[in-house]
Amino acid sequence: MQVNTEFRPKIVAFCCNWCSYAGADLAGTNRLQYPADVKIIRVPCSCRVNPLFILRAFQRGADGVILCGCHPGDCHYTTGNYYARRRMTLLFSMLDFLGIEKERTRVEWVSAAEGAKFAATMNEFVETVTKLGENKRLEDLRCKKS
Amino acid sequence: MQRIGVFVCHCGTNIAATVDVRAVAEALQHEPGVVISTEYQYMCSEAGQNLIKDAIRDHALTGIVICSCSPRMHEATFRKTAAAAGLNPYMVEIANIREQVSWIHKDIPAATEKAIVLGRAAIAKVHLNAPLKAGESPVVKRALVIGGGIAGIQTALDIADAGFEVDIVEKEPTIGGKMTQLDKTFPTLDCAACILTPKMVDCAQHEKINIYSYSEVSEVKGFVGNFRVTIKKKARYVDELKCTGCGLCTEKCPQKKVPNAFNLGLDNRRAVYIPFAQAVPKVATIDADYCTMLKTGKCGVCAKVCTAGAIDYQQKDTFVEREYGAIVVATGFNPIKLDAYEEYAYSQSKDVITSLELERLMNAAGPNGGTLLRPSDKTHPHTIVFVQCVGSRCDDSKGKSYCSKICCMYTAKHAMLIREKYPDTEVYVFYIDVRTPGKNFDEFYRRAVEEYGVHYIKGMVGKVLPEPDGTLTVRASDLLSNEQLRIKADLVVLAAAIEPDKSARPLATMLTASMDTNDFFTEAHPKLRPVESPTAGIFLSGACQGPKDIPETVSQAGAAAAKVIGLLAKDKLTCNPCVAKSDELLCNGCSSCEKVCPYGAITYVDKEFRGPNRTTLLRRVASVNEAVCQGCGACTVACPSGAMDLKGFTNSQIMAEVDAICK
Repeated sequence: MQVNTEFRPKIVAFCCNWCSYAGADLAGTNRLQYPADVKIIRVPCSCRVNPLFILRAFQRGADGVILCGCHPGDCHYTTGNYYARRRMTLLFSMLDFLGIEKERTRVEWVSAAEGAKFAATMNEFVETVTKLGENKRLEDLRCKKS
Repeated sequence: MQRIGVFVCHCGTNIAATVDVRAVAEALQHEPGVVISTEYQYMCSEAGQNLIKDAIRDHALTGIVICSCSPRMHEATFRKTAAAAGLNPYMVEIANIREQVSWIHKDIPAATEKAIVLGRAAIAKVHLNAPLKAGESPVVKRALVIGGGIAGIQTALDIADAGFEVDIVEKEPTIGGKMTQLDKTFPTLDCAACILTPKMVDCAQHEKINIYSYSEVSEVKGFVGNFRVTIKKKARYVDELKCTGCGLCTEKCPQKKVPNAFNLGLDNRRAVYIPFAQAVPKVATIDADYCTMLKTGKCGVCAKVCTAGAIDYQQKDTFVEREYGAIVVATGFNPIKLDAYEEYAYSQSKDVITSLELERLMNAAGPNGGTLLRPSDKTHPHTIVFVQCVGSRCDDSKGKSYCSKICCMYTAKHAMLIREKYPDTEVYVFYIDVRTPGKNFDEFYRRAVEEYGVHYIKGMVGKVLPEPDGTLTVRASDLLSNEQLRIKADLVVLAAAIEPDKSARPLATMLTASMDTNDFFTEAHPKLRPVESPTAGIFLSGACQGPKDIPETVSQAGAAAAKVIGLLAKDKLTCNPCVAKSDELLCNGCSSCEKVCPYGAITYVDKEFRGPNRTTLLRRVASVNEAVCQGCGACTVACPSGAMDLKGFTNSQIMAEVDAICK
C-alpha cells in the first residue's frame, strides 16, 4: 500500500481587516485558487500583530508565517502598517539569526482590490515554504499531542 | 466554561458543494465547550436565524460560532441575531468557510479539513470572548462635499434640502466641474449649461450650503460623526466679499497671453480672470503664475480699475478648521494625457484634438463662438475622423485597462451635432465596440448611423500623419471588410480615456479611504453598498468611484446624499467597542503606547493603588479614551509590559487562534 507522505506546510496568514482580508475575500469571490494550507487570522490592522504571535506560531509547528496589510500610505489607521513593517523587519532578522530561514516569514501589502495579488502571493509563498520543508527550529515538541 | 453553539451554513451549494458541511458540524461537535453543532441551508435566512435564536435559548448558549461567508458580509447580521436572543452580540465569531475555503478549493477532503480547522480556531477564540458594550458618540450635523462638479452639487443640494448644513470645497475658482465645459448632453441633446447653471445658482443661494471655492482639503482628523477638517483657502488676491464680478479687471489686465484653462488652452485669457460668465461664485481670481504685479511688483492696473476695491495683492493662503459628521468625495475625473500616443500625432498637429477640446470648439461660449473651425487655420473641416478607445481597454502599460464608458455616447453626440449643423461634413468613427447600454442610448446611436449618416467603421486607427498641405492622413484598418483604409481628414478627434483626478490619491490617504489600482475609490461593497467607502463616514459620489455619465452621476450623488442624511439624522452613533484597554495593575506608565497612537486616544492619569503594609501608592497609568480609540491595536504591541490589550482581538484570543490552526 502506498502511503501519501507528501509534505503539506502549515501556514498562518495574518490579514488586516481593511485591505488584505478584503483582498482575500475578493480572491474567493473571483474563485482564484490557492492551497488550503494557508489559514487566515483576521486582525484589525497589521500593527495588531505582536511578534509573539509569530513566535507562537513557529513554536506550535507552523512552517511559514505571512503578514498582509494595506499598502504603505493606505493604512486605515494612517500609520499602522509602518509600525508593522518596522517591527517585522527586526523580528525577521532575529528569526534569521535563530536559524529560521528568511523565506519562511514575509510581509506583503495587498489592497482590497487585489484579489489576484493575494492568490498569487499565497501560491508563491506556499511553494517556497514547501520547498524548504518542515520547520523544526523553534517547534516546541511538548506542545505536540500523541 | 462557555456553552458554545456551532452553526454551519451550506450557503445553498456555495459552501456545500466543496465542503462536507455535515462532517464539519460533526467534527466540531466534539470540541471543548460545544453543546450543539448543526448545519442549515441558509443561516442568514429568517429560518436560519430563528434556528440560531432557538438554540441560544434552548441550550443557554454563552457564545456562538457561525461557519459561513466572510464576516465582512454577515457579521453584523449574526450579531443582531444573537442580540435578539439575548446574547451579547460580541459573543459571536465567524469562521469564513466560503470566500476562504469553498470558493478557492476544489478538493473536497482538503476543503473540509480546512473548514474544520477554521471552525476550531473560531471556537478557541469565542472561549475567550467577553461581552462588550458599545459606547456612543455624538454626530456633528454638518456634511462636507469635496469637489463641486455635478456630483458634488447634486449631493450638496440633496443633503441641504433635508435640512442639514453642507460645505462644498472646490479647488477651482468656480463650482460646476467638467459639465460646465460641455456643449450638449446625450441622449437628449439638451444644453449642459442650461441644466447645470441653475443648480450652481441654487447652491450659491441655498441657506444651508456654504461654498469654499479655490480651496483644498489639507488635513482630516477624527472619525465618523466627528471629522475635523482643515480647509486651505488658496490666495486668489481678490476679496471675495467685496468683488462684484463686474469683470472690468479681466478686460483691462495688460497680461493677455495666458492659456485659458477653461477652454483647454485653445485661446488666451488675462492674468486676472473669471473662468466663464456663469461662474459661481462670480468672483475674479488672479493667476499668480502670470500676474506681472505679483511677479515683479510693477503693474497694479486691476487694483486701479476695481471700483469695489476688492484687489488685494497681499492676500495669503488661509486655513479654516471645521467639524463634520460625514464627508462625501466627489473629486471627479480628467481625460488622460496623450503624450504616450504619438501615433495619433496629438502633439504634432493642432488639428488632432481630444473630445473635450471639441466640446469647447462647438460651444457657443467657446473660442470660436460655437462655429466649428480647425484650430490650425480657422477653416471649416470637411472630413472629421473620430478615434475611439484612445487609452481605454488597453492591455499595455500605456493606457487604462477599463472602459471609460462615456466615449461611445459622446462621440455619437458629436457626430450627430456636426452632421446636423454642417451636412457637407463627412464623419467617420473608428471603434472597437459600440457600447450603448443606457436608457435611450442605443436608439440615440442608431439615429447617428441611420438618420445622420455617420460612417461607423469597426477597426482601430494605426497612424495619423500630418501632411504638408495641412490635412491629416488617417491610416486604419476596417476589420469587417478586412481592408486597409487611408482617409484624408481635416480634423481628428481622439476619445481619450478618463482617469480619476490627481487630487484623489492624496485625499484618499488623508481620509484613509481605500482605492483600487487605477486610483478609483473602492466602495464598501460593489453591489450592496456602492456609494459608501469601507471607511465609516466617507461616501462616494460620481466619477471618483469609476467612469460615469451624467445621469448615473446624478443618481449616485442622490444615493450618497441619502446615506449622509441617514447618518446625520442620528443624534448618536454606536461606537466600535473593540477598543484598547489598559490593565492598570500591569501598566508602568512608560508612554510607549501614547507615542504610537494615531488618534491621541491615550492619556495618563495618576491613580492610587494599594501598596504593601496598607500604604497607598500614586502611580501614573495609561487610560484609553474609548470614544476616540479606533481599535487598530498599535499600542498593544508597543506596550513592553503587556498591559495594553485590544477588546475583541485580545492577545490571548489571537494566540488561541494560532494554536488551533497549528495543532
